Amino acid sequence: MYWGVDVGSTYTKITGINADHDVIDFAVIPTIINQDEIVKNYLKDKTVTMLVATGYGRHMIGDALSCPVISEIKAHARGAYFSNHEAQLVIDLGGQDSKVIKLDKSGGFVDFRMNDKCAAGTGKFLEIAANRMGLDLESFSKLGFEADKELTISSMCAVFAESEVISLIAQKESVANICYGVHESIASRLASMARKFASNSEYIIFSGGGALNPFLKHLLSLKLEKKIITPEQPQLVGSLGAALAGAEI
Amino acid sequence: MGVEVHKELLSSLGLDVAKHAKMMAAGLEGYNKQFLSQPNRPEGMKYFDWFMSEIQGQRMVEINALRAQKKPAVGTFCIFVPEEIVVGAGGSCYGLCGGSPATIADAETELPRNICPLIKSAHGFKLQKTCGYTQSADFIYGETTCEAKKKTWEILGKHHPVHVMNIPHMKRDKDLQMWKEEIEDFKTHIESVTGKKLSLEEMKEGTRIINEKRKAMLRLDALRGMDPDVVPISGKDGLFVTQVGFMDDPVRYTQKVNELCDELEQRVADGVSVFEKDRPRLMVLGTPFAVPNWKLHTAVETTGGVIINEESCIGHRYYKDNVDLEDVKTEDDMMQKLLDRYAKVDCACFTPNMGRTEKIIQMYKDRKADGVIYYTLSFCHTYNVESHLVTEALEKEGIPCLIIESDYSPEDMGQIKTRVEAFLESLAFKKKAKAFKGIS
Repeated sequence: MYWGVDVGSTYTKITGINADHDVIDFAVIPTIINQDEIVKNYLKDKTVTMLVATGYGRHMIGDALSCPVISEIKAHARGAYFSNHEAQLVIDLGGQDSKVIKLDKSGGFVDFRMNDKCAAGTGKFLEIAANRMGLDLESFSKLGFEADKELTISSMCAVFAESEVISLIAQKESVANICYGVHESIASRLASMARKFASNSEYIIFSGGGALNPFLKHLLSLKLEKKIITPEQPQLVGSLGAALAGAEI
Repeated sequence: MGVEVHKELLSSLGLDVAKHAKMMAAGLEGYNKQFLSQPNRPEGMKYFDWFMSEIQGQRMVEINALRAQKKPAVGTFCIFVPEEIVVGAGGSCYGLCGGSPATIADAETELPRNICPLIKSAHGFKLQKTCGYTQSADFIYGETTCEAKKKTWEILGKHHPVHVMNIPHMKRDKDLQMWKEEIEDFKTHIESVTGKKLSLEEMKEGTRIINEKRKAMLRLDALRGMDPDVVPISGKDGLFVTQVGFMDDPVRYTQKVNELCDELEQRVADGVSVFEKDRPRLMVLGTPFAVPNWKLHTAVETTGGVIINEESCIGHRYYKDNVDLEDVKTEDDMMQKLLDRYAKVDCACFTPNMGRTEKIIQMYKDRKADGVIYYTLSFCHTYNVESHLVTEALEKEGIPCLIIESDYSPEDMGQIKTRVEAFLESLAFKKKAKAFKGIS
């Protein structure tokens, strides 16, 4: 078995594949403390031919478990290409980072863009907004479809955007409309990051936890005027890519 | 050694000695951690390690000994200062502290949040009184290369004497004429510090000294990057040597850099590299790295790459041109030659500035580099905006490029490392693919 572990800021994802590259096992565990122990525990009774770490905690896992590491960019490129060989572009929305990766014909990445240290336009912002509404992310992500007004959030900063959400609540805007505004703000940021590469890409893969959000996918597709494909388990794309890299060593 | 033994001098300069000692200790700790741990460093780095330990100790003693003889001490933030004039007057011209995040909060009591970290850090050093160089300066030399600096001088001027030189933003004849007058004014200002007229011979001597210094720096630059098979010194050490060039006595510095270069030449001949072969070799373009801003170099060189030069003000932009002393017979000739040299500086404050792009492409080819990182400090609008034109031209040439905008705070180190790592992975892949000769 070949394993990939993707330690993200919010969740740690583990994927196991066999020699034929079929996904046999996977797990999504909240990222808290002692992540290396949790990963070690998870793999304790399993056959581990190779383990490759990726994600922002990759070096910590790499040191603790003496395994090779690859960057998230490379991992997402591999995972996305595996899920769809036509893939030309990957948009990944994680808890803390968002990135856009342009692929070559064999799944290697040729160029990429990534957010800087700002949290606007990342999954974290969606989570903050959902919390403000007293909703879980899953219900929050569907409500946008019911909006009857195109609200916009104009703040560039996640902290100030949260204040904007609070004032919209105070103005008695409907939850669905606020939800629309929050998603619109994130989709705009992702789209502007992706636009340069997206213009000549037909197959765009949306990965990361953010891709589980159907309304965000809908808005992104509208903004880029492209069809967007979400793999079955988009949050596993990075760990799958790491496992695949391990299988090829 | 270190600052402790120089306590008396430092306190006579009005330094907050306790705070200063704390800051120096942190700086030295960072240096030791990031520099001394590198494998196989050249022997010649020992002098620069010593300099770091005395950066605000012995060097302060030397500068203040000059001042005691009425020689000028001029603090700067820019490579447009005609330091030939200061050195000709027997004085010292040096870069001021401005690379630490530790003084930024203080600066923000007087300056807005969204201007570049270099200006804020430097201003904070003055407010905190924690930079020996700033405290030693007879005056601070300011220029008009960007809006934020231009206005900051007015505020800084309330705390320390400042002389502002008007640098034009175009290089037409009428702009150059004005610029020449500015250089003449600068000379007059220096004469007011020393109390006597500067002779042509003194100016020539100052120019010779600085020419030699720049020649040595250019030599180091070539040794770092011209041979694609040998990296005789790490990019981080190379950067630090360049940074020291903005603080040290120019004659001693030139000698020490040349000694280091002799050793590096031998290393190149013997094939002694500080890194394993086939590391992606990167050039860094953009804004300067003031001590202790080693963030990008550390990220690159702990991730599997090597930086072979800096197309930066603390870097190639500073030492690429020299002043031609041939046929200088009058003071006016001297001023003209100084202007000719300074007008070649391809700072992004100029419009148009295409010479810079052409230089970068040529440099990339000469050094057979594998890629470039375009680095800008946050809110440095000229370099940041210019990155569009530069990277567009690089793309046309098929040169891989990564743009990084950052400040001095450590909080984006994770993101920078991820981006650098991914960039290096793609370069290593391309390098391998290029080397692949097919299956026989």
